Amino acid sequence: MSVYYTKDHEWIRVSQNIGVVGISSHAATQLGDVVYVELPELGKKLIKGEELAVVESVKAASEVYSPVAGEVLSVNETLEDQPQTVNESPDDGGWFVKISISDMNDLESLMSQDEYSAYCIGS
Amino acid sequence: MPDNDLLKTKLYDIHLSNNAVMVPFAGYNMPLHYDLGILKEHLHTRSKAGLFDVSHMGQCFLYSDDLSFLSVAKALETLIPAEISNLEPGKQKYSQLLNSDGGIIDDLMIGRLGFEGQEHKLYLVVNAGKKLEDFEYIKKNLPEGVNIDIADDSLSLISLQGPEASEILTGLNSSIADLLFMSSVDVPLTPNIWGHVSRSGYTGEDGFEISVKNSDVRSLVNILLQNEDVEMIGLGARDSLRLEAGLCLYGQDIDENISPIEAGLIWSIQKSRRLPNMQYKGVKRIIADIQNVNSKRLVGIRPEGKVPARAGTEIQDAEGNQIGLVTSGGYSPTLGCPIAMGYVNGKFKKVGTPINLVIRNKSMPASVVKVPFVSTKYYRG
Repeated sequence: MSVYYTKDHEWIRVSQNIGVVGISSHAATQLGDVVYVELPELGKKLIKGEELAVVESVKAASEVYSPVAGEVLSVNETLEDQPQTVNESPDDGGWFVKISISDMNDLESLMSQDEYSAYCIGS
Repeated sequence: MPDNDLLKTKLYDIHLSNNAVMVPFAGYNMPLHYDLGILKEHLHTRSKAGLFDVSHMGQCFLYSDDLSFLSVAKALETLIPAEISNLEPGKQKYSQLLNSDGGIIDDLMIGRLGFEGQEHKLYLVVNAGKKLEDFEYIKKNLPEGVNIDIADDSLSLISLQGPEASEILTGLNSSIADLLFMSSVDVPLTPNIWGHVSRSGYTGEDGFEISVKNSDVRSLVNILLQNEDVEMIGLGARDSLRLEAGLCLYGQDIDENISPIEAGLIWSIQKSRRLPNMQYKGVKRIIADIQNVNSKRLVGIRPEGKVPARAGTEIQDAEGNQIGLVTSGGYSPTLGCPIAMGYVNGKFKKVGTPINLVIRNKSMPASVVKVPFVSTKYYRG
């Protein structure tokens, strides 16, 4: 199982052709207290970089983009009643969606954990 | 970020040492939030006491060469819709600086000083983003013999808000306990620090705004922070607190094209000032907007679901016709649901009117509700 990161601070944890997507703890901290998450419908076909979800904090709404092309297999229903899970556990319980990845080559342009850490320090 | 060009308040170092996330606001480098974050800072202010640096706001005094209060009051009354000449020493009013078309140049607090020898003076607090324009506008329109003394370079302003605020400040000077909402006193807060303390604020809570000399503000803040119930609160929570209290934010809910009547501020215009023989700037618009029931009105909005409606969200009637726009919107930490304010055609202003909000191309049901969203706790004795 490998984790990849985008420049927009999403992560995707990949096992075979299934990816679980969330936002990094860096992003969760920047957003502040999450009060609502709008998740996509099951079966939605996504293209890489397309809006996947919307995260609303007290202050503002922010888009979450899909790191890869694929189809939405399931969404994290916990976020409906407990959106603060995104802040409390961004890397784990605060995941957004599970996607079947249609093109594994999409992963090549993403960052490894080390690359992402360096990217956050640099930005 | 070109932080170098931004101004700093005298509390800048205290913000940094409290781990503030700083953002540019009205030309100043200001704290958006501290370690607690917006949500907890908001709830802390509602349950205990929040301390705000509002030193970026503009402070000035108006006085007349003949030391007559009436001369000053009459001069200011030509620029605002509120009656000032009947203001008692140590009392204050909320009003708006108007342009000739009745649009709001800025909203402001106007206080009459209450201590002996200074009772002829008015003390004004205006918004940071408009202060230079305001000061220029006031100066230009003052008659010969009435002067403006801009105190921006010498005075800081802090605000202590919340249910514990009174007890905390009373510990510094017991005379503060009896102060009523929209009243002020000038008192020593330590043997060396005098403050102009008014019982007012921008949160809907009981609370105080304290103007002190620049050289005293850090000491005073450090004294207040020694109390474990006091937390520093940033601009983020300041915004969500004022929205729950149904208070307008200049530049968002009100601006130069909007009249105080449209903004629902008629309560700040005394009946005697709504008469056609009045002479102040924009009075024609005030009277016309009172009479025109179809002119737009600022209303409270409660979206039915959980999705916050942000500023700019289109408001529609039940048939899908656009009837207005949201001007302030977000999440209410106190109520745990989204709340908003926006302008609708006057026909739709009644509490209970069903409306729709267009959020990300989806129509979401909502209704017009009364403001404040969270009941205010002003101390009226």
